[in-house]
Amino acid sequence: MESNNIFDVIILGAGAAGLTAGIYLSRAKTRTLILNEGMVGGQIVLTHEVANYPGVENISGYQLATTMKKQALSFGCEIKQNIKISKLDLSGKIKTVFVGEEKYTAKAVIVATGGRSRELNAEGEDTFKGRGISYCATCDGDFYTGMDIIVVGGGNSALEEAVALTTYAKTVTIVHQFDHFQAFEHAIETAKNNDKIRFILSSKIENFKGEEKLQKVVIKNLEDGTKNEMLIDGVFILIGYQPNSEKFKEHVTINKYGEIPTDLKMTTNLPGVFAAGDIREKQIRQIATAVSDGAIAAINAIEYIQK
Amino acid sequence: MTLMTSLEHVVTAAQHAEIVENNETVMICCGRMGPMCLPVYDAMDELKEEYPNIKFMDMLFDSPEAHVIRNAAECAGFMGLPFTMYYKNGKVVKATSSIQSKEQIKEILDGSLS
Ligand SMILES: Cc1cc2nc3c(=O)[nH]c(=O)nc-3n(C[C@H](O)[C@H](O)[C@H](O)COP(=O)(O)OP(=O)(O)OC[C@H]3O[C@@H](n4cnc5c(N)ncnc54)[C@H](O)[C@@H]3O)c2cc1C
Repeated sequence: MESNNIFDVIILGAGAAGLTAGIYLSRAKTRTLILNEGMVGGQIVLTHEVANYPGVENISGYQLATTMKKQALSFGCEIKQNIKISKLDLSGKIKTVFVGEEKYTAKAVIVATGGRSRELNAEGEDTFKGRGISYCATCDGDFYTGMDIIVVGGGNSALEEAVALTTYAKTVTIVHQFDHFQAFEHAIETAKNNDKIRFILSSKIENFKGEEKLQKVVIKNLEDGTKNEMLIDGVFILIGYQPNSEKFKEHVTINKYGEIPTDLKMTTNLPGVFAAGDIREKQIRQIATAVSDGAIAAINAIEYIQK
Repeated sequence: MTLMTSLEHVVTAAQHAEIVENNETVMICCGRMGPMCLPVYDAMDELKEEYPNIKFMDMLFDSPEAHVIRNAAECAGFMGLPFTMYYKNGKVVKATSSIQSKEQIKEILDGSLS
């Protein structure tokens, strides 16, 4: 193995948590590598405008991520993005991570792999992505000007985006699997008071149909089992985020939601393996809390490797 | 009117025609500076070195000149940004709508554009 593949700490994930850990570790002269599946920045890049990150009044998510990346690189942190992790061994004193055939080792690993948009996993979903199915209302909303669309979901983002989409769409039907919403009262009220918004509750989309693009969906009523076809121009799926923890299932303890439990030092059940950010079992998932986790994990990783 | 990326930009419809005509293999991503588009530009930027024979460019979706992509027959039914076009010998060989990972792009480059 090339000696330049030997690190003190490997961070998996370059979102807010991973980049912060990278900044702290590299600034402390700890040889650090961040391996990221996808684009650096993670979910921050999905945020058009961040208005609640202290010290920065208004910034696009992309700009914030770019600045964090620059900061980490300036301290000597190495970052590899758009890679695929092929194999992991986190159990021993020396941890190994494979990217294809390339082997990297470290004394400690920080898992900061965050989350991704949840998919419905309904028939036809893959076929109509970008052809009537979208996961980003701000990106694709204007394609549906004057059209009839569905928003799937019952949380804050689904209700808020449904209201925002009424700027373009003729009608917005919210399809939700429960008979109540998991959103703030004001978000529910705003949606209910909007003339363009209709509700189909206790129901789910079972099937997406169309030819060149999406034309109809099959909606199943979960109370009586009946199914109805509905003609529709577009469907926005906004049903929350799921943790990117599949690759760690055989390595660290994961709870029933797919999150990694840690103690206050961000330590997992495995010595030398830390977790930070949205991947952790925690209450609030925000940039500020991810950054906080990253700093704590980094400082404790330094303490661990110096023992 | 261009995007703020480190890729080369297609600015006019005439330039688009010239590039597609004069280069054997071309990939053009037509989008905005949004979350579904940025990862595609980023992956293209990385792929430039790996595929020196392919011309990687972007184009601003909201530019009036981008009608050459927005209204292309291959984009009929597209409802998600970005619209990404792959050209070989002056012809569209593949077009995709919405975000694509670096792996998905590579599959197209190694398939339709090889
Ligand atoms: C649309 C949207 C808007 C939001 N708006 C705000 C806001 O305004 N303010 C705020 O404070 N918070 C906001 N949040 C929440 C905030 O973005 C997240 O809590 C925070 O960014 C999480 O950071 P993270 O580093 O834990 O994970 P992520 O940002 O998810 O980063 C994880 C990274 O790991 C990579 N990865 C995944 N699997 C692997 C693997 N196996 N190996 C290596 N890398 C991997 C991913 O590609 C990603 O780059 C928003 C979230 C979303 C989705």
